[in-house]
Amino acid sequence: MSHLFAFLRVLEEGPQINSTQDLIVQASYLIASIFFILGLRSLTRPDSARRGMQQAAGGMLFAVVGTLLNSGILTYQWIILGLILGAIAGYPMAMKVPMTAMPQFIAFSHAFGAIAATLVGIVEYRHAFTPNELTGQTPGLSHGVAAALGFEVLFGALTVTGSFMAFGKLQELITGRPITFRGQNAVNMGLMAVAFGCFAMLIYQPDTAWAFYAMVALSLFLGVSMVLPIGGGDMPVVVSLLNSYAGLAAAATGFAIGNNVLIIAGALEGAGGFILSVMMSKAMNRSFANVIFGAFGSGAPAAAKEKGEAKESKTISAEDAAVQLAYAGSVVIVPGYGMAVAQAQHICRELMELIAKQGGEVKYAIHPVAGRMPGHLNVILSEAGIDYGALLTDVDDANRVLQTADVAVIIGANDIVNPDAEEDKSSPLYGMPIFRPWTAKTVYVIKRGKGTGFSGVENPLFFKDNALMLYGDAKNVIGSLVKEIKALDDSH
Amino acid sequence: MTQIFQLYVFILAGFIGFQIIQKVPPLLHTPLMSATNAISGISLVGALVAAGGQYGKVSTILGFIAVVCAATNVVAGFLITDRMLAMFGGPKKKPETAPEAGK
Repeated sequence: MSHLFAFLRVLEEGPQINSTQDLIVQASYLIASIFFILGLRSLTRPDSARRGMQQAAGGMLFAVVGTLLNSGILTYQWIILGLILGAIAGYPMAMKVPMTAMPQFIAFSHAFGAIAATLVGIVEYRHAFTPNELTGQTPGLSHGVAAALGFEVLFGALTVTGSFMAFGKLQELITGRPITFRGQNAVNMGLMAVAFGCFAMLIYQPDTAWAFYAMVALSLFLGVSMVLPIGGGDMPVVVSLLNSYAGLAAAATGFAIGNNVLIIAGALEGAGGFILSVMMSKAMNRSFANVIFGAFGSGAPAAAKEKGEAKESKTISAEDAAVQLAYAGSVVIVPGYGMAVAQAQHICRELMELIAKQGGEVKYAIHPVAGRMPGHLNVILSEAGIDYGALLTDVDDANRVLQTADVAVIIGANDIVNPDAEEDKSSPLYGMPIFRPWTAKTVYVIKRGKGTGFSGVENPLFFKDNALMLYGDAKNVIGSLVKEIKALDDSH
Repeated sequence: MTQIFQLYVFILAGFIGFQIIQKVPPLLHTPLMSATNAISGISLVGALVAAGGQYGKVSTILGFIAVVCAATNVVAGFLITDRMLAMFGGPKKKPETAPEAGK
């Protein structure tokens, strides 16, 4: 209760309310904050989510209109032009981007938000030390506001370049493999220490402009050098972490300009990104630090080869596989990012419908880290028209269903079904919660070639007695399965 | 004193964020991320002040760029979230075993 009173006091005393105009502005911010929180709460249920987020968008509109009424705004032509340009750029981006490219898109969007936060920080800093035209006095900067501005540009600039790097990796403009050099972590740590030194200097002596700009430059550089050594498979964690940073930058902006709606929205995003990155790290059974500094997947392939016994995995023809699928009572499909790369989600739905027609039931087991961002494959499958009721998003639930399944079909997934995660203590995957498709009667593995997964680790699942390989492009392989089942159906 | 109150707001909002976001099912994690991304486009509010405050030529230009970037973030963020949620949101389709039209 005391928290509530304190909160109300903040609303009363925090921003200075001097006129009706200010009151309207503050009211619009309060409404926006409430809509944001309700919007996020609506995301706890799929059926209420869309309306809730539409309301949140309405909240944003309130906040923008409220700000435009602010007496601090004197000229409107740049603002209007900027808003129009932003809308023109944003609309086609949002409407055209395919669901498979969602992680890149979000990284890109983070970069844009962070650019805004960083530039606002720079403008505010410049403004504080620009003499007023009439009085000739500089407004100056308190230690507290200097700290807020410092945080803002530190996180903002880091997010800008970090997000562009993540975008480059996800879009495959840069290699997905970790890029490392000796002493990389030491160099990064050193630069970070220098940046924090500048930050301390800035708080101590807010008018040290060089410290401020040096911090921006170092932060921009750190964004690049911190994301470079992180492998493509770890991108779900990176994108979530950047999400959190973007939020913190927005919140720091709020502290700097004394705006509560910025603080609230920033805190919400900061919390969301943080929770997701922790969840993703947990789903890979790795610590945060290990993801950020571990350069996972760079050394593993060599290690895996030593172990490689001369085992051969068995293959099966599409014809034979189709017969079994047609008569299966329960089928669990385990998709990985490979399914999305092959664009096999639509043909998957067709396969699912055919099996359902024959009386079988098809479920999808979606691992938390499958895909390139949290929940990525759920979106891709839903876009293909697969009902979300068929998606098993809990590892334990999915494993229970797998135990009684007739057929498990692995499509373009590897690490999330690697038994080494449970059996081999020396495996880099050891301890990661995984699906156990080998508990089903038969396992089909649809795979492009004999290569390893993103982690570069060999997968003993492929050598299990009940595992049968179907090599080829996922879309083509499933396409031929669909054709064969249809042919069976027709011959009856 | 103002900054202490701001810290209150930040921490309480963060607390609410933790409570709510932990309850978001993995099914909706991608829309969640794009939703928080769109909401953090609220930096737009700061950009508006920077662009329209007549802080000098350089500041106005920087502010203008900030408005364009933040507006792109907001517009694209909310639209893409809506596009995704439209796929989940509709009334649940008929049971999976429903016979297809045709043969």
